[in-house]
Amino acid sequence: MLRIVFFARVKEQLGCSQLELEWDASLATIDAVQEHLCGMENGQWREVLSEANIIRAVNQTVVTGDAAVCDNDEVAFFPPVTGG
Amino acid sequence: MVDAKGNAADTPLRTLVTVAEADFDIGELQVWLLTGSGKEGAVATFTGYVRVDGDGMQCMELEHYPGMTQSAIEAIVAQAAQRWPLLAARVVHRVGRLHPGEQIVWVGVSSAHRAAAFSACEFIMDYLKAEAPLWKKEINDAGEHWVEAKDTDSERARRWRGNDGE
Repeated sequence: MLRIVFFARVKEQLGCSQLELEWDASLATIDAVQEHLCGMENGQWREVLSEANIIRAVNQTVVTGDAAVCDNDEVAFFPPVTGG
Repeated sequence: MVDAKGNAADTPLRTLVTVAEADFDIGELQVWLLTGSGKEGAVATFTGYVRVDGDGMQCMELEHYPGMTQSAIEAIVAQAAQRWPLLAARVVHRVGRLHPGEQIVWVGVSSAHRAAAFSACEFIMDYLKAEAPLWKKEINDAGEHWVEAKDTDSERARRWRGNDGE
């Protein structure tokens, strides 16, 4: 099972803070997970999740490029950060 | 932390990162930076406050990624401790609802000398702003909106690369 979490503007635009996905070999990279999520809600999530500046993290570490995703991982999508 | 640059070598580095709703007492935080070794010659600190902007902002909501926000800031502190001979470093970042004038973030470091303390404090703050998963939403009379990330913040963090800051 994958745990998917969203934060800030991404969370609000999707109307979803987290969900679980059954993991299989077709979800072995973050690009594949993102594409799968883009197809959810009749494709309505695509616009939010395909924003160029979206940040992706696997197990609470930001990843660049098409990082590996394994069963039981936590995958996060969030906008550029604005703390401090 | 054993450090190639010397004077922190036999004193363990004291660090603590807190992400919480509660306000903080700057005096208590500053005392915490004094390790009891008597080696501190310099403490540098930064305090960030919620600022009133031009839109009649009433308050802001600070969202974080539980777990990751803290570990990301801890990683930034660890990087600073590798670059400069620090004795202690502490970061507090508040989350939740905050009003203009309230303290939002505090960074403090102690070291034997001021150059390391100044640089490490600024480095931690620059990277925190660029990398720590925190998001501000401003709430004013007209409604609410997410604060947009500024290129100048990522540029400030980038300038530390390839520059030892001393």
